[in-house]
Amino acid sequence: MIGSFSWTHLWYLVDSIWWTVVLSLLAFVLGSIGGFGVMLARISTRTWLRNMALLYIECIQGIPLLILLFIVYFGLSVYGFALPALVAAGIAMMVYTSAYLGDIWRGCVEAMPKPQWEASECLSLTRWQTLRLVIIPQATRLSLPPTIGFLVQLIKMTSLASVIGFVELTRAGQIINNSIFQPFLVFTVVGTFYFLLCYPLSRWSASMERKLNVSNR
Amino acid sequence: MNFSLDFSSLAPYWPVFLRGAWLTLKMTTVAVVVGVCIGVVIAFAKSSRNLLVARACGAYIEAVRNTPFLVQIFLLYFGLASLGVHMPTFAAAVLAMIINIAAYAAEIIRAGIDSVPRGQIEAAECLGLSTWRIRWHVMLQPAIERVYPALTSQFLLMMQASAMASQISAEELTAIANTVQSDTFRSLETYIVVAALYLVLSVLVKLLAYGVGEYIFKRRRTIRRAALLARRSAHATLPHLPMASAAGALTPMSHVPFIHGVSKPRDVVEGSVS
Repeated sequence: MIGSFSWTHLWYLVDSIWWTVVLSLLAFVLGSIGGFGVMLARISTRTWLRNMALLYIECIQGIPLLILLFIVYFGLSVYGFALPALVAAGIAMMVYTSAYLGDIWRGCVEAMPKPQWEASECLSLTRWQTLRLVIIPQATRLSLPPTIGFLVQLIKMTSLASVIGFVELTRAGQIINNSIFQPFLVFTVVGTFYFLLCYPLSRWSASMERKLNVSNR
Repeated sequence: MNFSLDFSSLAPYWPVFLRGAWLTLKMTTVAVVVGVCIGVVIAFAKSSRNLLVARACGAYIEAVRNTPFLVQIFLLYFGLASLGVHMPTFAAAVLAMIINIAAYAAEIIRAGIDSVPRGQIEAAECLGLSTWRIRWHVMLQPAIERVYPALTSQFLLMMQASAMASQISAEELTAIANTVQSDTFRSLETYIVVAALYLVLSVLVKLLAYGVGEYIFKRRRTIRRAALLARRSAHATLPHLPMASAAGALTPMSHVPFIHGVSKPRDVVEGSVS
């Protein structure tokens, strides 16, 4: 045996959790901004804009994140931008997140009763005012559980950034495994860390969903 | 800087790409079929009266749903290898996919079973149906029909997740892409081609899921046949009834066996996103 799993290794893993969290937050914040734009385009009154957004969502949702990562990472480097892995992973995950969040939020906005739009129109609110003052405050409540659910998905997806050499939790696990070769132990620990990150969020999302779903109980 | 896309050097590789796509499709199909069968069993076991079984199933579902698929693959492939269990990459990848999709399918199907009204199950009990018939006819079939969209979108996600199997060098589409791009040095073009192939595959899976969904649910078949019958008899009777009123329009439906009203689709199905 070359060496055994020690506190140093454990600290290295704990340290790399930070980078997983950073990447998740980066992707989530950037993706929320993009997703909001996609959502606006999706409920727009202009047909071509709606169709463009639909095409975007369908395309991104049909391509695995791994391939998106490769396209961004290799694609940009081919055009002469040597990007650090964090930026490449951030961009790819932003594109991915914006498509999914845009679709989730569109569903939430469209779930709002139609008369609310009509009533706001009677009060001579503009479309944007209606959205900002009437629809979004209510849709936010509805959209929280699936959004948190997607955040869990996103945290798990950051493990893919290990493939382009970004050192986060999974990559750190691979590095340690390469030096001591105890894959069962190392990846169990890595999996446990992911579980500790994701499980509270999953529970939160599920409990909110239960509270919102009072009528169906 | 002056780089232009050139797909011509990829032309000789198209059989390789197709083989990769075929393997991806095969892996997904096997994983989905086996995974859903296991998922159904787990969904029932989770609400079992034996607390130990119920807890174990809950723990399994939560453990799989809250850890990345990549780590699961590594654990299964490298971990088992270090314990002395060696298996081919294809088997390891498919096994990981089955374990993954079984947990997700169990969660989705359980949500469907929970949405079956308690009164229907009680009514079935009053009619003297056996436990197994209740489970099959009253609980499982309507449950699966209700959560079918969530299930199919999970299958699509699974097909995309199969790209991660390239990390243990199973020879599916993404791994093929890695090989081809290291052969041709045309990385961007290769991945664009593969992205397009994945798009085609996902459209294919969607169509397949739609077709299967139209075929397997008996209720939908009955409704479709009834609608066809109603349309045909409407054409036949309308000329004789020039003053077809609202009451007259109902007559064609009288040929049709009694059909339950189409249940309102739920807006939110648990487990569809996470």
